[in-house]
Amino acid sequence: MAQLQMTGAEIVLKALADQGVDTIFGYPGGAVLPIYDALFKQNNIRHVLVRHEQGAAHAAEGYARSTGKPGVLLVTSGPGATNAVTGLTDALMDSIPIVCLTGQVATHLIGNDAFQEADTVGITRPCTKHNWLVKDINDLARVMHEAFYVCKAGRPGPVVVDLPKDIQLQTGPYVPPTQVQHKSYRPQIKGDLNKIREAVELIANAKRPIFYTGGGVINSGPAASQLLREFARLTGYPVTSTLMGLGAFPASDGQFLGMLGMHGTYEANNAMHDCDVMINIGARFDDRITGRVTAFSPGSKKIHVDIDPSSINKNIRVDIGIVGDVAHVLEDMIKVWKSKVYRPDKEALGEWWKQIETWRGRNCLRYRQTGDIIKPQYALQRLFELTKGPNTYITTEVGQHQMWAAQFYGFDEPNRWMTSGGLGTMGYGLPAAIGVQVAHPDALVIDVAGEASILMNIQEMSTAVQHRLPVKIFILNNEYMGMVRQWQELLHGGRYSESYMNSLPDFVKLAEAFGAVGLRVSDPTKVDDTIREMVDIKRPVIVDCLVDKNENCFPMVPSGAAHNEMLLGPEDQANVSEAGAALV
Amino acid sequence: MDGVRSHTIALLVDNEAGVLARVIGLFSGRGYNIESLTVAQVDGSRNLSRITVVTSGTEMVIEQIKAQIDRLVPVHKVTDLTIGGPSLERELALIKVASTGEKRVEALRLADAFRARVVDSTSQSFVFELTGSTTKIDAFIDLMKGLGLVELSRTGVVAIARGAEPL
Ligand SMILES: Cc1ncc(C[n+]2csc(CCOP(=O)(O)OP(=O)(O)O)c2C)c(N)n1
Ligand SMILES: [Mg+2]
Repeated sequence: MAQLQMTGAEIVLKALADQGVDTIFGYPGGAVLPIYDALFKQNNIRHVLVRHEQGAAHAAEGYARSTGKPGVLLVTSGPGATNAVTGLTDALMDSIPIVCLTGQVATHLIGNDAFQEADTVGITRPCTKHNWLVKDINDLARVMHEAFYVCKAGRPGPVVVDLPKDIQLQTGPYVPPTQVQHKSYRPQIKGDLNKIREAVELIANAKRPIFYTGGGVINSGPAASQLLREFARLTGYPVTSTLMGLGAFPASDGQFLGMLGMHGTYEANNAMHDCDVMINIGARFDDRITGRVTAFSPGSKKIHVDIDPSSINKNIRVDIGIVGDVAHVLEDMIKVWKSKVYRPDKEALGEWWKQIETWRGRNCLRYRQTGDIIKPQYALQRLFELTKGPNTYITTEVGQHQMWAAQFYGFDEPNRWMTSGGLGTMGYGLPAAIGVQVAHPDALVIDVAGEASILMNIQEMSTAVQHRLPVKIFILNNEYMGMVRQWQELLHGGRYSESYMNSLPDFVKLAEAFGAVGLRVSDPTKVDDTIREMVDIKRPVIVDCLVDKNENCFPMVPSGAAHNEMLLGPEDQANVSEAGAALV
Repeated sequence: MDGVRSHTIALLVDNEAGVLARVIGLFSGRGYNIESLTVAQVDGSRNLSRITVVTSGTEMVIEQIKAQIDRLVPVHKVTDLTIGGPSLERELALIKVASTGEKRVEALRLADAFRARVVDSTSQSFVFELTGSTTKIDAFIDLMKGLGLVELSRTGVVAIARGAEPL
């Protein structure tokens, strides 16, 4: 059979199209010009020109998180590739499938310190799930298809395909995805049934159970969220979620205790600490969740479902570790529960819920909107009330505003919440919002931002304007790197070293300079009108919402503390141990 | 530290550019130590290499190391030979000793006792070739230190499980 022959650049685009890619985010340069030329001659794939390669990576992440499909970026060699590194690391930490295509100098120049040469596979090895340098045109199509397979299979993550310029120009064979199979990489999808039976028995006999769910539920796909809901309903057990997992279980459901962890709710953290059976579904016992590991939920039996075997027993020893995809394992768990006709221990569960309700009664997220200064929590609560719905997507930057958004914006569906969890990358939110808006042109996409973070990728306003992407940037402007200031207040005697945001731009004029719309609000009574106005404008908008500069984010489990040693408000004195002070 | 123990781990990997860097980078990036590392192609037709790593850690750390290696995409198989039943471990060393007179005679006598082979000799020196366990080679080297040891080259550990089963 005669094989299809085409240039390397055409092979790249054909492979993208065959992989179902409709959009890529990118920025041209010398080493990718052949691919840009091929792009020019086709109209299967839309190219979104960003203003910085980091923006391309985060946009690809936003696209991926909101659709469940891999996001793709295309950047040039050298500085193009190194600019993408933060985004790759971000995607690695949060398990987001993105494919990054980088240009490279011609194969005969590699190693010669050629113009715009960087050892891209060397630099990105630790921040990708896998990467490839294609040195033979005959490998190109296969590598492209393998890249898509690897980034999605098992625990998702970023991959890099490094493409020397001469390979892009050579002619070679194209093979379709159906003819490519990775020779060894086969992550385990189905969980071990014996362990699942054992786990379900433990779950059924629990007296003080809790579901602790994470981003793995989202990554597993919408079916996993449905199955989680079904299992939670069957059992009647409380559910908490990590930052990454918000939306997998409806925030409006009575069984939901809110987010757990460093800025999680009092009820979620106390329930985690006092439970007798912890059912971890697709979360990873991250240090933001566990607090001091030696004091983490000391009395519980722990079940851990994770697609990545290395996540099990990494930070916390568990009693039953089940390697598998969340949806598959939950499906089996529900089958076992039904076939064994298990029933929850009504009496014990009643007691447990009573206890949880007293914790809930503390109303740990309370704040008081008095006077004429907007409380950031109030602004977010109003934003939630006025914009909630299945067609609304929220991204964030990193800092206090991010935690308040997690606490006050309730998500009832998965894939509606994109935030940089593992890496905590300031500058994530705006490009991520652009990626979401590209994938969902009719949706309302809002980046909840801080005035410091937004400046890290503000250049992407141009991208939004050029591509008519009506993203909304809602800045909670406290004129501080608020989260840094909070830690300095708590741990460094209130010495606010370099955390005051001096010489801020006028964000309204800044929006206008980009050709977008700027709004400002400082009066609490005008918050609602401003939000409505923002939503009504069918163009990119920056809202500069001036909020209380001194507000801190509570509850808080200080570093090195246990879950039941939370600070609920400014009246609680932080008592941070020496060991805790060394933690981030 | 409590329960820290040395483990010999054998990996079967695709023999492709960068695969060793991936394995080594994982160890350095996650703070695991490498006591010894050997690598060579073992299957030309399937293009596979075998890497033998000797590392140490608590049981939990060793489990973590194995799981981390196993999720590298070009890694086909990971086996812990230290806990996987009886196994053999060998190292090869080339040992250069330069001395004369009594010391030269003594070096040769000890080499004989250790079944080291003389693979090169001049009037002032020998190169011994010695195969065996790491402890045996360590012991021989210790003895040579007083007898004119000038240079040393060791392969690191290669290992294989006993019995009929392949990796
Ligand atoms: C790229 C990057 N640099 C530094 C930090 C450390 N950091 C975490 S939060 C924060 C302050 C964020 O300030 P702002 O965006 O105004 O948010 P706020 O906390 O005030 O809501 C900083 C500097 C980070 N997370 N990311
Ligand atoms: Mg701020």
